[in-house]
Amino acid sequence: MSVGLEHYLILSAILFSIGLYGVLAKSNAVVILMCIEIMLNAVNIALVAFSRYVVPLLLTGQIFAIFVIVVAAAEAAVGIAIIIAIYRNRQSVDVDKFDLMKW
Amino acid sequence: MFDIVFWILAAVTIGAALAVVILRDVFRAALCLVLFFLTIAGIYITLYADFLAVVQILIYVGAVSILIIVGIMLTHDVWRGNPSGELRIPALVVSLLLLGTLVYTVISTQWSMSGEPPQGKTVEAIGEKLFGGGGFLLPVEITAVLLLAAVLGAIVLIREK
Repeated sequence: MSVGLEHYLILSAILFSIGLYGVLAKSNAVVILMCIEIMLNAVNIALVAFSRYVVPLLLTGQIFAIFVIVVAAAEAAVGIAIIIAIYRNRQSVDVDKFDLMKW
Repeated sequence: MFDIVFWILAAVTIGAALAVVILRDVFRAALCLVLFFLTIAGIYITLYADFLAVVQILIYVGAVSILIIVGIMLTHDVWRGNPSGELRIPALVVSLLLLGTLVYTVISTQWSMSGEPPQGKTVEAIGEKLFGGGGFLLPVEITAVLLLAAVLGAIVLIREK
């Protein structure tokens, strides 16, 4: 059986689940950010695969993937800035110790 | 040939993603993330998305990974490692459940494929779509504002008081 849409979608699902596990289980904030990038890339694979196999002449999926990449870059910049700002106050990047919004 | 390339890329991608989650050393996990981004670019090439592969290497391998490595360097927790939190078992259960649901949905759905061959070069077509009439011109402009706001926000957050 040659490689088709389903293979790409299942690859995307596996990568998304790995990223989700990392986001939920890890306690280092930088690693959580890295796992969010994994999840966004997994979604991009699904979008580009749909674009290739369902509407190859419209390219809508690739345009969506470009917007996802842009938003992910902005999110990484702001996320790292927030983590460094909290690290300055708390001397830690352990999310189990972040209770700034608890009262 | 094409199938072999896909299987190799898929195996390396999944291995690199697992290494990011499993490795104890945060810096090594970041290097595995760079490998992950590179193999994703290869997967885009197997999907005939040449422009997107170049963008992936420029933005992810070039910019985002550097940003994450600088973030690791500035927060001195590299030697404390990359431990799992208290939610390890529930997280494993939730992600396996999600994986099962997604795989079942993908396999049981009848996808409406278009039999047409893919476009050879996508750069011109994507430019036409993004900036041409009736395309995505307004979202592109909004994206510019979003990037400006993100850069300003990052500067304000990280500035010394």
